[in-house]
Amino acid sequence: MNAKQIDQQTLLQNETDPLTHTPVHLLSLDKVGKHYGNIVALTDVTMAVDNGRVTCVLGDNGAGKSTLIKIIAGLHQHDEGVLKVMGEDRKFTSPRDALDVGIATVYQDLAVVPLMPIWRNFFLGSELTSGFGPFKSMDVEKMKDITKHELAEMGIDLRDVEQPIGQLSGGERQCVAIARAVYFGAKVLILDEPTAALGVKQSGVVLRYILQARDRGLGVIFITHNPHHAFPVGDRFLLLKRGKSIGYYEKKDITLDELTAQMAGGAELAELAHELEQLGGHGDVVKEVKGEVAEVAQTTGKAYS
Amino acid sequence: MTITQTQTKTAAPDERVAKRSPFQKLLGRPEVGALVGAIVLFIFFAVVSPTFTQPNAFATVLYGSSTIGIMAVGVSLLMIGGEFDLSTGVAVISSALTASMFSWYFSTNVWVGVGLALLVSLGIGFINGWILMKTKLPSFIVTLATFLMLTGLNLGLTRLIGGSVSSPSISNMDGFASARAVFASSVSLGGVEVKITVFIWFALVAVATWVLMRTRVGNWIFAVGGDANAARAVGVPVKATKIGLFMAVGFCGWILGMHNLFAFDTVQSGEGVGNEFLYIIAAVIGGCLLTGGYGSAVGGAIGAFIFGMANKGIVYAQWNPDWFKFFLGLMLLLATIVNLIVKRRAELK
Ligand SMILES: Nc1ncnc2c1ncn2[C@@H]1O[C@H](COP(=O)(O)OP(=O)(O)O)[C@@H](O)[C@H]1O
Ligand SMILES: [Mg+2]
Repeated sequence: MNAKQIDQQTLLQNETDPLTHTPVHLLSLDKVGKHYGNIVALTDVTMAVDNGRVTCVLGDNGAGKSTLIKIIAGLHQHDEGVLKVMGEDRKFTSPRDALDVGIATVYQDLAVVPLMPIWRNFFLGSELTSGFGPFKSMDVEKMKDITKHELAEMGIDLRDVEQPIGQLSGGERQCVAIARAVYFGAKVLILDEPTAALGVKQSGVVLRYILQARDRGLGVIFITHNPHHAFPVGDRFLLLKRGKSIGYYEKKDITLDELTAQMAGGAELAELAHELEQLGGHGDVVKEVKGEVAEVAQTTGKAYS
Repeated sequence: MTITQTQTKTAAPDERVAKRSPFQKLLGRPEVGALVGAIVLFIFFAVVSPTFTQPNAFATVLYGSSTIGIMAVGVSLLMIGGEFDLSTGVAVISSALTASMFSWYFSTNVWVGVGLALLVSLGIGFINGWILMKTKLPSFIVTLATFLMLTGLNLGLTRLIGGSVSSPSISNMDGFASARAVFASSVSLGGVEVKITVFIWFALVAVATWVLMRTRVGNWIFAVGGDANAARAVGVPVKATKIGLFMAVGFCGWILGMHNLFAFDTVQSGEGVGNEFLYIIAAVIGGCLLTGGYGSAVGGAIGAFIFGMANKGIVYAQWNPDWFKFFLGLMLLLATIVNLIVKRRAELK
């Protein structure tokens, strides 16, 4: 294999706390594991998130990507390993805990309430208030203005922020969820497959948002199964497969082709070509898959047959 | 990779959105179906019974509405928050029994009993909510259990302590007069005696509307009813919100319980069974979705008003009160169908 895997130990010692001179990351996971009842969803995952860096998590459906970010977002608790925020051991008991340390998340299912107006969804859980004590009321006008403005920034011109969010298209809803997380994400921004449901133009907008967040000094965790989306914006790449890490790379140590090859899994492609051939027909398809196998073999330096 | 500036767009008016007139905005409100129903019913009874529109008769209708409406405020909020409470009817009686029995047997000022009853009512709400959150059972089951237990406790404890099915009369006790003035007096408005519960009802509706529309707690109530998982994911305290809603229902039950006690001076321990449905029906007629996440306090009030009109209107029209239940059933069916259409329109494009 050409690509050099990151040595976990050196990575965790890369950056040190200026006061204590101990290794510290904005957020780090060490050998984290999680099971749902008897289903093991995640084992032995190690990764780090730093200010101004984008950590990409790649993997096929069911690889455990969502489980991983739900642990970081406080929706689930890990059963094994340690999660550290600024060098401090943490186990979030609720999403509120994670939000309070500045971790904002765009969930795959978006976490919006369909019947509620857009602006109420945007500020849900982080409402702006004015007034004192029991007479504290929401600053409705300000919240509506901010919602409108933030979405316009994303290139989404909303008809009416009073509309129930359930009436928006999937892509528009996605943008509201992203705009919300970007607005409230103070330190870490997590995006779970934000581009999966989007068109080309809107995907570009989201990728640009990730870079903007990075340049503002946020640590970004970007989850996707598309290496073409991950590679241009990512600084580090964690590859998951069936709940396990199958590789963790710095950008300088891997190319897009290598990343794609790792993702595609050369062996599986070879198997697919073989199966298709046996089924007969599909000559052009078989040829195409075989071509890809050759390509994968070339980039990873392995032979599949 | 360099970063390109996102172009800032000024939010120009969108050609895709037709300007909505105030009338169209009204049509989008949850309580509009109930409002139309209330107007139709009012005109109907005004036509069939000339006494119905007399100020005194109207004050009676309002009084009847308020005894449902006070509870419907809490029950509506709870339903918007996605839960049910079947124990409300008997919990009202539990509260009244607590106040009267405690002050009688410990010979205290009745206000001590009133204060204790408030604690008991809030406590019942808290226990309902807490069990619900701990067990994650449907609220239907949990509150059905509390309904049965409270029914038994009301009867059993009253007999055990006083050897009777009703609480002793507390009319001669200290503080009775002032408590009656607060919970069960009348106010004269231009020669028409209006019961104080009507004003309490209006005040509760106003406060609940303000909480729902203008406070963050209101935002949380809609969210926990609409999608509790999404609400939790963005940091809404789902458990506290739901438990708080059950306690708000308890608070409304306390007010009605105190009214029932001080309007007379004794309480029948077997009363209240079945009333929980009246409150739920008022909320549903008023446009609160059974599945949560949608509705208004004003809607619940209109539902209670429809209830009061049908209840008293049938008497003024000199019909057999048997018809009342038929009316109620019909209203409920129509209202639920209207709600269903509203929800579909809101969820689908
Ligand atoms: N709440 C849950 N209960 C049980 N199993 C779950 C739950 N959530 C996820 N899983 C399982 O864990 C595995 C990883 O899921 P997930 O993290 O959602 O994958 P991904 O996001 O990479 O597609 C899957 O096999 C899935 O079935
Ligand atoms: Mg997922």
